[in-house]
Amino acid sequence: MTAMIFLIPISLGLAFVGLCGFLWTFRSGQYDDPKGDAERILYDHLDEGPPADG
Amino acid sequence: MALTGTLDRPPHGAADPVVFVRETGEDRQLGLLVQGARCASCLAKIENGVSALPGVRQARMNLTTGKLSVAWRNHDVEPALIVEALARLGYPAVPFDPAEAVSREDAEGRRLAIALGVAGFGAANAMMFSVPVWAGLLHQEMGEGVRTLFYWLTALIAAPCALFAGTTFFQSAWASLRKGRANMDVPISIGVLLAIGVSLYETAIHGRHAYFDAAVSLLFLLLIGRYLDHVLRAKARSAARDLLAMQAATATRLTREGAMESVALRDVAVGDRLVILPGDRLPVDAEVEEGETELDVSLLTGETAPWRVGAGTSVQAGAINLTGRLVVRAVARSEDSAVAAIARLMEAGAQTKSHYVRLADRAAAIYVPAVHGVAALTFVGWMIAGLAFPDALMRAAAVLIITCPCALGLAAPAVQIVASGRLFRRGVLVKSGAALERLAEVDCVVFDKTGVLTFGRPALLHGDPDLVQRAAPLARASRHPLAKALASQAGPGAVADEVREVAGMGVEGLVDGREARLGRASFVGADNAADAETVLWFAIEGETPRRLCFSDDLRVDAAATVRALRARGLAVEVMSGDVAPAVRQVCEAAGIACFCAAMSPMEKAAAIDALVAAGHRPLMVGDGLNDAAALAKAHASMAPGAAAEASQTAADLVFQGEDLSVVVEAIDIARAARARVLENFGMAAIYNLVAAPAAVLGLVTPLIAALAMSSSSLIVTLNALRVGAGRRRA
Repeated sequence: MTAMIFLIPISLGLAFVGLCGFLWTFRSGQYDDPKGDAERILYDHLDEGPPADG
Repeated sequence: MALTGTLDRPPHGAADPVVFVRETGEDRQLGLLVQGARCASCLAKIENGVSALPGVRQARMNLTTGKLSVAWRNHDVEPALIVEALARLGYPAVPFDPAEAVSREDAEGRRLAIALGVAGFGAANAMMFSVPVWAGLLHQEMGEGVRTLFYWLTALIAAPCALFAGTTFFQSAWASLRKGRANMDVPISIGVLLAIGVSLYETAIHGRHAYFDAAVSLLFLLLIGRYLDHVLRAKARSAARDLLAMQAATATRLTREGAMESVALRDVAVGDRLVILPGDRLPVDAEVEEGETELDVSLLTGETAPWRVGAGTSVQAGAINLTGRLVVRAVARSEDSAVAAIARLMEAGAQTKSHYVRLADRAAAIYVPAVHGVAALTFVGWMIAGLAFPDALMRAAAVLIITCPCALGLAAPAVQIVASGRLFRRGVLVKSGAALERLAEVDCVVFDKTGVLTFGRPALLHGDPDLVQRAAPLARASRHPLAKALASQAGPGAVADEVREVAGMGVEGLVDGREARLGRASFVGADNAADAETVLWFAIEGETPRRLCFSDDLRVDAAATVRALRARGLAVEVMSGDVAPAVRQVCEAAGIACFCAAMSPMEKAAAIDALVAAGHRPLMVGDGLNDAAALAKAHASMAPGAAAEASQTAADLVFQGEDLSVVVEAIDIARAARARVLENFGMAAIYNLVAAPAAVLGLVTPLIAALAMSSSSLIVTLNALRVGAGRRRA
C-alpha cells in the first residue's frame, strides 16, 4: 500500500503535464493549419520549426 | 485603419484590395482568399512568389483555410499587384476582411476544445481510481478506508474538471430555464451537478455510491459531440463566407476633382458619383449620368436577356454592367437599396423559422417532465414504503443521474455531424442541424429557372468550328455573356488587336489584319429583322455576316433530378421571373408541368406563403435576389454557390458544382438522418426503460451506472454512422 503514496502523485503529475501540454499546443496555434503544417514539414525551406508562443 | 485609398488606375474586377488593407502604425496587412492551393509546392510557389515582390516583408499561407496573409511596411506595395502576381502564378485570389475572420465563432471553438481537454483529463484520471474500486467491490478485497480515500482522490480530480467542462451546458440550461423552457441541457446539468453533490455526500459518510467518474466521462462524451458539431458548422459557415467573399464588392467613387477612389460599400452615400466598369456589379440603387451599356439583371429578376440602359435610367443594386463604362449617381445607401424590401421579407421568414422546434427539443419536452416525475415519485414512494429520508433522497437522485440524457443528448448531433459531413464532401454546405431536419420534412420542391434548372449563363447552340475560331479573338476581348460563352467554347487563344467595345452593340477590332465585328445584326450590317437577344453576328471585312445562336442550357441532369424527386413522392413546380415562353421551354425540357412565369420577388414569397398556408412544406431552390424572400419563407431552402449574396444568406443549404442531382441526394441524406435520429431516440428510450426502474429499486451501483451510460452513448454514435450508407441505390 505504501507504493501508492508515490504512485498516485506521480501518475497524477504525469497526467497534469499531459493536460498542460495540450493547452500549450492549443495556445501556440498548432491546430490553426494542420494541413499546411503536414506539408511544410517535408521541405526544409518551408519548415520554420515549432511556432513561437502567442 | 483606413478604409479608403486613392487609386492611380482603375481596379480590376469588383473587389479592390486597397480597402481591405489593415494599417497598424508602419505595418500594413492584407488577407487574401486564395483558390486552388493544395500542396507543399503550391505553398512554396505562393509564398516565394509574393515574398519576392519588392517591399513585401512576409507572406504566410494557411493551407487549411486557404488564406494568405501578406505583411509589408510603408506605402511601397500596391495591393492590386499582389493579387495580380497570384493570378499570374495561377491562383485567383480575392481580399477578405481580416477583422471578420477573427470572429466570436473561433472563441467558442477554443472554449469547447479546452473544455474537452479538461474533461478528457478528468475522465481518464477518475477512471484510474474507479477501476480499482469496482474491482475491489466485485472481489471484496478493498477495505472501506481505501475506498473512501480513492473516492476523495476522484472527487479532487473529477469535481473541478466537471464543473469547468460543464460550463457550456450549465449556461445553456440556465438560459433555457430563464425563457421558461427546458432544453436537453437542463437534465444534463441537473444530472451532472446532482451526481457530484450526491457523490461528495456519499464519500463524506463513507458510502458506496459515488458517481464522479460517470459525471465527468458523461461530459467528456457529450463534449466530443458538441465539439465535432461545432467544427463542422464552423467549417460550413466559413466555406459559405468564403463564397460570399468571392463576390465582395467595393465601389469606385469619383471625387470632385475627378480622381477615382475606392470605397467600402457601406461608405457609399446618396449623391456619390460612382464609376461602374464592365464586369462590375452595381453597388447601390442609382441613376445613370453618363454612358451607355447593357446590364445583366438575371440575379434581380430572373430574366436572362441583357437590358440596355442610357443616361437618365434608374438602375438597381445587384445588376451587372456588361459592356460600357457607366458613371452613376447613387440614389440610396447600400442598406436602403431595392434589396432592402427583400431583406425585410427575409427577416420575417427567418423569424418564423426560428419558431421551428427541433427534434431533440421535442424529445426533451417529453423527457424532462417524465424523468423528473419518476424521480419525484421514487422519493415519495420510498418515503411511504418506510425508507429513511436520506436513503429515499439518494434513490431519487440515482434516478436522475442514471437517466441523465447522455445518449439522448448525442442522438441528434451525432447523426447530424455524419450527415453534414457526407453532404459537405458532395459540395453541399448545411448551415444548421435544424435545416437538415426541416429538409427531411419537405413534400414539394419549388425551383427557380435561371441559374437553378439552367446554368444561368448562355452556351453556344451549334456552330461551325471554323467560324467559332475566327470569331473567338473578338469574343475574348468582351465581357458580354454571349461573347464569353463563345470564348469558352473556342478555348484559349489570341485576342484581336485594336479592340473597341460599342456599348449595346458589339465589339470591333482587327483579326489577322482584317477589320471584324461581332455583335447585333445592325452592328455588323446584316439585315435581319428578327434580331433575338440570344444571337450574335460575326462579320469580317469582305465576307457576308454569319450567325451564332445561343441558349441558356438546361443543367444536364435537370430532367433526371425532376424524375427522381417525383419518385420520392415530391411535387415539383417552377416559379420564375423570366417571361412565359422561356419558362415554358425549360419546363417542357425538364418535364415539369406546373410553372408560373413573370413573378416579382414579392409574388414568389406570397406563393410560398400560400403553399405553407395550404399545409405544404415546400423546399425552395433558387439563386437570385428575387428568390431571397421566398428562400427565407420556405420550409427549407437551397441555393447554388453562384447565387446572389442575399440568397445564400437566406438559404439553409448551399450547393456547389454543376449537378442539380445533389438536391435529391441532400433530401435522401436528410431523410436518412431523420430516421437514424428517431432510431437513436428509440434506443435511448429503451435504455431508460431498463435503467430507470433499476435506479428506482436502488439496484444501480456506480459500476453499472458507468457501463450503462457509456455503452448507450456508444450504440447511439455507431448507429449515427449508418447515415447515407444505402444512398447509392437510389
